[in-house]
Amino acid sequence: MNTLLNKKKEPIDKLAGASAGGRSLAAEAIRRMARSPVAIVGAVITALFVLLAIFAPLLAPKDPFARTMQDKVELGRGIIPGPMPGYPLGVDDFGRDFLSRLLVGAQQTLLVGVVATLIGVAIGMIIGVLAGAFGGWVDTVLMRFVDVLLSVPSLLLAISVAALFANPNQWTVIIAVSIVSVPIFARLLRGAMLAQRDADHVLAATSLGVKRHTVVLRHMLPNSVGPVIVQATLTLATSIIEAAALSFLGLGDPDPSRAEWGLMLGNAAQHFLDIRPELAYYPAIAIIIVALGFTLLGESMREALDPKNRR
Amino acid sequence: MALLEVRDLRVVFQRRGEQGFAAVDGVSFDVEPGQTVGLVGESGCGKSVTSLAIMRLLAKRGNKVSGSVSFEGSDLLKLSDREMRDRRGRDLGMVFQDPLSSLNPVIPIGLQITEVLERHRDMPRKKARIEATELLDKVGIPDPSRRLTEYPHQLSGGMRQRALIAIALACRPRLLIADEPTTALDVTIQAQILALLKDLVQDTGTALIMITHDLGVVAGLCDEVNVLYGGKIVERQERHSLFAEPRHPYTHGLLASIPRLDAGRGEKLVPIRGSVSDNIPWEDGCAFAPRCPNAVAACRESAPELVPERGGLLRCYNPVLPVVAAREGTR
Repeated sequence: MNTLLNKKKEPIDKLAGASAGGRSLAAEAIRRMARSPVAIVGAVITALFVLLAIFAPLLAPKDPFARTMQDKVELGRGIIPGPMPGYPLGVDDFGRDFLSRLLVGAQQTLLVGVVATLIGVAIGMIIGVLAGAFGGWVDTVLMRFVDVLLSVPSLLLAISVAALFANPNQWTVIIAVSIVSVPIFARLLRGAMLAQRDADHVLAATSLGVKRHTVVLRHMLPNSVGPVIVQATLTLATSIIEAAALSFLGLGDPDPSRAEWGLMLGNAAQHFLDIRPELAYYPAIAIIIVALGFTLLGESMREALDPKNRR
Repeated sequence: MALLEVRDLRVVFQRRGEQGFAAVDGVSFDVEPGQTVGLVGESGCGKSVTSLAIMRLLAKRGNKVSGSVSFEGSDLLKLSDREMRDRRGRDLGMVFQDPLSSLNPVIPIGLQITEVLERHRDMPRKKARIEATELLDKVGIPDPSRRLTEYPHQLSGGMRQRALIAIALACRPRLLIADEPTTALDVTIQAQILALLKDLVQDTGTALIMITHDLGVVAGLCDEVNVLYGGKIVERQERHSLFAEPRHPYTHGLLASIPRLDAGRGEKLVPIRGSVSDNIPWEDGCAFAPRCPNAVAACRESAPELVPERGGLLRCYNPVLPVVAAREGTR
């Protein structure tokens, strides 16, 4: 009897504790993420990747750009030596240490992913705020523009944008990838802003004579960015994949000395997939792991911030 | 001249190609400086729409507002958007029903008060913070300087409503509209908030429009009461005579449906039968006729006019007799 009572009491106490806690939304989300194994795996992969990117020049055993083995081993059509002492993953067709290039390549990947996502978020948010705040014809015009972007498959759109550049450089890939993510952010923010427009606290702010831009920027926008932040994490993963794809297709910076996973993968696949397939596998696996890390982190963030999943 | 003169206010909600619906149908009333006027009625009678129309807070599309709302001689309905924005918060304040959803959840309470002070009174931020502390203190929030830095979710329901009142009164408006300010609060807090409103209104000389469905709130606060039904005023009376001798059958029914402490044991409450959906349009007669115990044939033929009655106004062909009302009212 007593145990039955205690059993019943437990969830009630939990409920009471939950309401008395008064934790902020962010703290609550972090607490829930800390209990989710998916989130931990995602966070660990992401953290390792970021650390790797930052310290890559120190970690790389050899100079990733020097053709150290060019004259020491036989290189050329159909001949690439495998692993050897000091070169655990071997060298590429120019005699550069593959491991060092792989490590330093993390920098490029992170840079392109983050910068492209930030540009996408910035442009998307400007469009979303304008559409959501003004409504009417501004909304219609902006959303039709966004619809046009959305109607083209993302990779195709990225390739088309990249192809517009006469002299491709590093920014080609970044801009192409960021434009692909613009419509998602614009639509997300517009939707959240529209919901905020009818919120009681926005009506209350309006009833106080607060100026329109203050209402939009202080009262509507901060209450709408939640989904955008989550989407940004998920977009990081797709940006990395898309950037790699563009480099793979040769639409990025054509400078062959750059260490970049997509470029390394493309180069290996094109020139020596039959003799040294592992040189294609390494960058491919690296891309997959990093994209997986960001996706897991983003997904668990979305779940943690979703009010429907409150427990 | 009264502080606020609402004349023949009509709000018609209309979708393209459909027949309009008059949520507020020719409402007129005055508010004198320092006076507290009640707008009473059940859900859908048009009391909130009236207040939103006065503040010009209704959506721009889908409705048509006509009539006039003159505040200190100028018609609010004719002002430009910019002029109206300058008036809101400075001359007219508003307190809403749900204190949690009426506060911005992501910025601290303090900023939500100083924002208004900076906007309308051109206060520098530092001075606004001191003023905000005093305001929170005045509405009875303990430890105000700490509360300024807290977020709405960290405050209790009563404290939130106090904070909202502080925000609405920050610029000392001459008219405050309170739209069901106690509905979302529990009973003990309700009493505190009403007492607070009463004190503030008396201290500052602010006129108050009290919108409520709760006759208890009216009894404690209002000087004059307008009873709304179907978008029209059906009875206006000074508070004491309204409670002592309600003449309109609707007012009478509202009073009879409230439980009383001095009622005998086992005595049943008398509800008003039917619901608002039974209303007939005012063009065809009295909207309340289908639910009215006093309805006569004339009620379904034409709508009664609002006529003077004991210093107030009454819209009824067959009002409740004063004697009956008096007997039932003191029961």
